[in-house]
Amino acid sequence: MDEVQVKVKPEMVTVYIMGQAYQVPAGLTILKALEYAGFRLVRGVGCRGGFCGACATVYRLPGDYRLYADLACQTTVKDGMYLAILPFTPAERRPYDIRKVKPTGETLLALYPELARCVACNTCTKSCPQRLEVMDAVQAALRGDVAKVAELTFDCLSCGLCTMRCPAEIPHYHVWQLARRLYGAYLAPKAEHLHRRVREIEEGKFKEELDRLTSLTEEELRELYKAREIEPE
Amino acid sequence: MPAELRPAESHTSPVTRHASRVLYFPGCALKDQAQEYERATLAALGKLGYKVEELPRWNCCGTVYSLAQDDLMRHVGPVRNLIRVQEAGEEKLLTLCAMCYNTLRRSAEFVKDPESLRRINAFMDDEEDYRGGVRVLHLVQFLAEEIGEEALSQAVVQPLEGLRLGAYYGCTLLRPKEIGVDDPDRPEIMERILQALGAEPVLFPERMECCGAYLTVTRPDVVRERVGEILLSAAKAGAQALLTACPLCKFNLEERRPLGTPKIPVYYVGEALAWALGVQEIPEELAKSQAGVIR
Repeated sequence: MDEVQVKVKPEMVTVYIMGQAYQVPAGLTILKALEYAGFRLVRGVGCRGGFCGACATVYRLPGDYRLYADLACQTTVKDGMYLAILPFTPAERRPYDIRKVKPTGETLLALYPELARCVACNTCTKSCPQRLEVMDAVQAALRGDVAKVAELTFDCLSCGLCTMRCPAEIPHYHVWQLARRLYGAYLAPKAEHLHRRVREIEEGKFKEELDRLTSLTEEELRELYKAREIEPE
Repeated sequence: MPAELRPAESHTSPVTRHASRVLYFPGCALKDQAQEYERATLAALGKLGYKVEELPRWNCCGTVYSLAQDDLMRHVGPVRNLIRVQEAGEEKLLTLCAMCYNTLRRSAEFVKDPESLRRINAFMDDEEDYRGGVRVLHLVQFLAEEIGEEALSQAVVQPLEGLRLGAYYGCTLLRPKEIGVDDPDRPEIMERILQALGAEPVLFPERMECCGAYLTVTRPDVVRERVGEILLSAAKAGAQALLTACPLCKFNLEERRPLGTPKIPVYYVGEALAWALGVQEIPEELAKSQAGVIR
């Protein structure tokens, strides 16, 4: 059988990486375009699935005054794009002992006083690849609504793009993390049933049964497994 | 009504207005340090038959009005709030905090200049354009001018008779005069309200003086001096309590008292309203001075 060679010439676009022009196939993500151009990425890359937030990047388009921000693994290249590699977002996380702080706005402001410099410009919201209402969360923090901050930032990836763009220099993602921790530690409804079960385990309620299982041979375990009670379909 | 308080005449957008619906801007302090002001006022306005609705997705008013020449950025926050009013189909915004009133109202005035409005709309490309025409008003204007003293006094169920109350205006309700709720040198709007509520308003010379405001952070000594003068002036005039509309004034009047200053309690003007309308009890420290009053 003759070998059939399919030659499809991919459509190429020009991108500029750190000022240098490269031809890359259209349809690649920014991350893949960087690798296609020969860069080996050891920082600023992670899950490649839009979840870890490691590949936050900024870019510009020709003839457009705007500085765009997005995740490099989720954004496809456009012709004439100016790309840069950002290893991470520098931002300071203030130290605190979660057991010693209160779930109030005062805690947020004491650790992150930059919050009070928010001028409601909404640049943070515009730069969020998760399309979160970032400024609304800053505002909720300012008025001490820790639960609201936690709710609004639940899907934050900590990519740091809002922090990079903020004229008030708020380290957003550290504030969000603190708010979610405060929420979890003090405000979320307690899972009483979980505490009850942990207590039962500690008191040895299941010890006898577990000891019996661990003393069985593999064969006996298989038999027991086959004979297990199965829910009727 | 002074000319500057009249609603702007040009407003072409469709507006759904219900006589009893009032859109209200709380501000950060009323959700945190000054919750009693909000609680009392909303209960009282409810008693008066108003449906007070919190402005959706409001942000900080801007806190301090910027005096920089190139201050477009400082107007973005306040104007964004005005856009929220527009989105809600209203043209009036009620404020309780004196500082929020000042900042929002001054920004509303600022964008009456077409060039300033154009620039701010161009910057806020993530929002619909602000069309202008939102009227920012403070609680005391709402009480004295929208409701009126007569209707107010008719709604009183627990007259504040025998209470000698001093209205402390401070700065942001009165200055600059273009946006003041009353004559900045001889204000009487709060006194008129107190009178309608059955109280005896006490005029004292320092009632329009500055409390020292944010110097409370860097120069508490300056604030202490000012607060001492204000409280002494109020005590000499015979005030049993002071009423304010500003959380920062209240903080300073309470927390920056020099030793030996007259022990005059400070309340929010909305609290006095709530007492008179019977939705809150008159505090014991004041109620006992009412005991001798013959009704």
